[in-house]
Amino acid sequence: MIRAKDINEHTPWQDLTPGGEIYEPGTARAFNTGTWRTHTPVFHADACKHCMLCVPFCPDSAIPVKDGKRLDFDYMHCKGCGICEDVCPFPAITMVAGGVPK
Amino acid sequence: MSKVYNLKREVEKPPRLTGGHRLCAGCGAGVVVAGVLRALNKEDRAVVVNATGCVEVSTFMYPYTAYTDSFIHSAFENAAATCSGVEAAYKALQRRGKVNGVVKFITFAGDGGTYDIGFQSLSGAMERGHDMVYVCYDNEAYMNTGIQRSSSTPRFARTTTSPVGSAGQGKPQNKKDITEIMVAHHIPYVAQTAPLGNFKDLHIKSHKAIYTEGPCFLNILSPCPRGWDYPASKLAEITRLAVETCVWPLFEVEEGIWRLSYIPKKKLPVEEFLRPQGRFRHMFLKGNEWMIETAQAYVDEKWERLLERTGA
Amino acid sequence: MKSRLSGNEAVAYAMKQVNPDVMGAFPITPSTEIAEYFAAYVANGEVNTEFVTVESEHSSMSVCIAAQAAGARSVCATSSCGLALMYELLYVAASCRLPITLACVNRALSGPININHDYSDSMGARDSGWIQIYAENNQEAYDNFIMAIPIGEAPEVRLPVMTCMDGFITSHAVENIELLDTGVVRQFVGEYSPQHYLLKKENPLAVGPYDISAYYMEHKVQEAEAMKAAKARILEVAKEFEKISGRRYGLFEEYRMEDADLALVIMGSSAGTGKTAVDKLREAGIKAGLVKIRVFRPFPGEELAQTLAGTRAVAVMDKSEGFSANGGPLFAETRSALYDLKQRPYLINIVYGLGGRDIKVEDFEQVFKRLASIAESGDIHPVYSHMGHRTKGAIA
Repeated sequence: MIRAKDINEHTPWQDLTPGGEIYEPGTARAFNTGTWRTHTPVFHADACKHCMLCVPFCPDSAIPVKDGKRLDFDYMHCKGCGICEDVCPFPAITMVAGGVPK
Repeated sequence: MSKVYNLKREVEKPPRLTGGHRLCAGCGAGVVVAGVLRALNKEDRAVVVNATGCVEVSTFMYPYTAYTDSFIHSAFENAAATCSGVEAAYKALQRRGKVNGVVKFITFAGDGGTYDIGFQSLSGAMERGHDMVYVCYDNEAYMNTGIQRSSSTPRFARTTTSPVGSAGQGKPQNKKDITEIMVAHHIPYVAQTAPLGNFKDLHIKSHKAIYTEGPCFLNILSPCPRGWDYPASKLAEITRLAVETCVWPLFEVEEGIWRLSYIPKKKLPVEEFLRPQGRFRHMFLKGNEWMIETAQAYVDEKWERLLERTGA
Repeated sequence: MKSRLSGNEAVAYAMKQVNPDVMGAFPITPSTEIAEYFAAYVANGEVNTEFVTVESEHSSMSVCIAAQAAGARSVCATSSCGLALMYELLYVAASCRLPITLACVNRALSGPININHDYSDSMGARDSGWIQIYAENNQEAYDNFIMAIPIGEAPEVRLPVMTCMDGFITSHAVENIELLDTGVVRQFVGEYSPQHYLLKKENPLAVGPYDISAYYMEHKVQEAEAMKAAKARILEVAKEFEKISGRRYGLFEEYRMEDADLALVIMGSSAGTGKTAVDKLREAGIKAGLVKIRVFRPFPGEELAQTLAGTRAVAVMDKSEGFSANGGPLFAETRSALYDLKQRPYLINIVYGLGGRDIKVEDFEQVFKRLASIAESGDIHPVYSHMGHRTKGAIA
């Protein structure tokens, strides 16, 4: 079975999946969209009440949740849209200029 | 799902739309697709179908699929027929003992793929009664090709094919009422919702649509920061204003019974929804007051009719 | 088993014997009967196929694509404008490498609307990535449909197959036919068992990506290689089929070609009329022959060139216009195939029979007469002409 990780822009036609099929779940996770950011959210864990209102509003599934707690941002996928800061009822998220998480 | 909606429990589920897709920053459609798929029971499988559009080209760019479930896209105008085919295969293979277990069939198409080019295919699939959910992520224009008007684009909205100039004031026609047309198909469940607040409305309606036997239709407002011309961070605010002004009422029609899901405590004037969006900017120019009045009258009339229908 | 069936009934019967998982059905003359016969099999419980009665041919092909991707063997039937409406999806089916089987009952394309036979419908789809196999009569239509399944589903091929028969002439005429036992057919086509499919439990499958230019061309090369591989597979399946039926098939049929000087290249039911003309000419001492193209995609170019190498003059008979102002599609393929020969026969193109216009034995005799004169004089002009239409100035 050809795996997505073995497919790149140098792969010969013989080693690509027929018809462009993919046989694994969520291979997009390997793609970095974090580089798109012009603004970056900063998570202040101490101010977070884990109300989770930010999580479903993230278009990039970039707010991981574990055991009832939201964790720090997945900066590989966060595009820096700022919706999370906008919906957060607490001072737990602030957007800062630039693409690099501080 | 237990009867009571619990956001904390729902967001604990692994996302079925992963990061790494190429939708624009702040895209409403990404939120909608992830939100609908979250309503699947954790143990159930799904086959996701896409019409060609923003979501499709962004979520399965070879070799990167953002879906954790099986996925198929074949064309722009045939998403409902495609979903019919998968569902038919499931029935046939189940009858022959070749597949088992719960598999749900969920289609996502934009308003272009639903109201316009995919309309015939959608109507056919609903009439045939396939056990599937058809979700329209309604961003009110052809966004993937660069913001052209569709039959879902509201009156006066500026798009690249309904521009504003000395002889044109945005789209001249009103938005087609696809939800009502789907109700007229007498399918078991039709609902209108939006990504809002704690997502209870979107979640419960999605779950109901997925787990109701037969064809179900969801129309979900999906604001587009590029096409609507508002700051990407303002998704929640724009959606809230759409609902509070009754521009986008939340309701459902279950086995023919109309039910209003939300009545604003104080119905806001429609201009509050229009003002933050660049696509309506010309409506606020001097001399164009009649446009806002016309838009308000249209919303009021539709809202009154909905109140009547739902007995609210 | 001997029987008497129309072409449509024969193909519907083959479908019943195959008992596919899914059929997408939409009526269009002259293929409608296939769906009707099949609907009766469903209603009588003779098959347990999921029969999806869609609202258009566009949707019937969409259903087949999705069902096949989901792991179900899928079939459908159509004609003319129905095939044209599927056009976009024919490419999708092939590029997704889904071995759907489609019975195409050939009919002229609109406009003007016409319900009779020519090949303008399937010729329009000749570059869509589908294997195309044409039948001369009911027996071949039946046999081709059964063979199509193991051809398309072979892992080295994985391409959809269109089995074509002439609308009304073949589809509606009742002829004697030899049918196989259903058990034999079932065993011949086997189970459809793709390695990956949408409904597979062990791993998901994603189908139909957005392919950027870094991948699109490689995927098209895969498809082109699959079409090349199909040629050997078609012959392999024909050999197996001969074992169960006693009937022999190749990429094309050579009729009295061993020593032929003058030859026709033709397709479908007109070949039968052409053969009668060949027999008459042979009796008169003229070395006439005929090649009936069975497999148009993949096109058997090299093989055809070898067969025509010894002839002096050949008429390629196209039953569809290409509007290239340079001849019909069968002519373009044949002329291209002959280019590599050191010594080539003279070659002309005659477009005939559009919209069901009849062709008779005498018409073929006229064609051979012209070929004889070309062989003598070397004057091939006009290279491309029409036949059977009313005109002020007839071609000598």
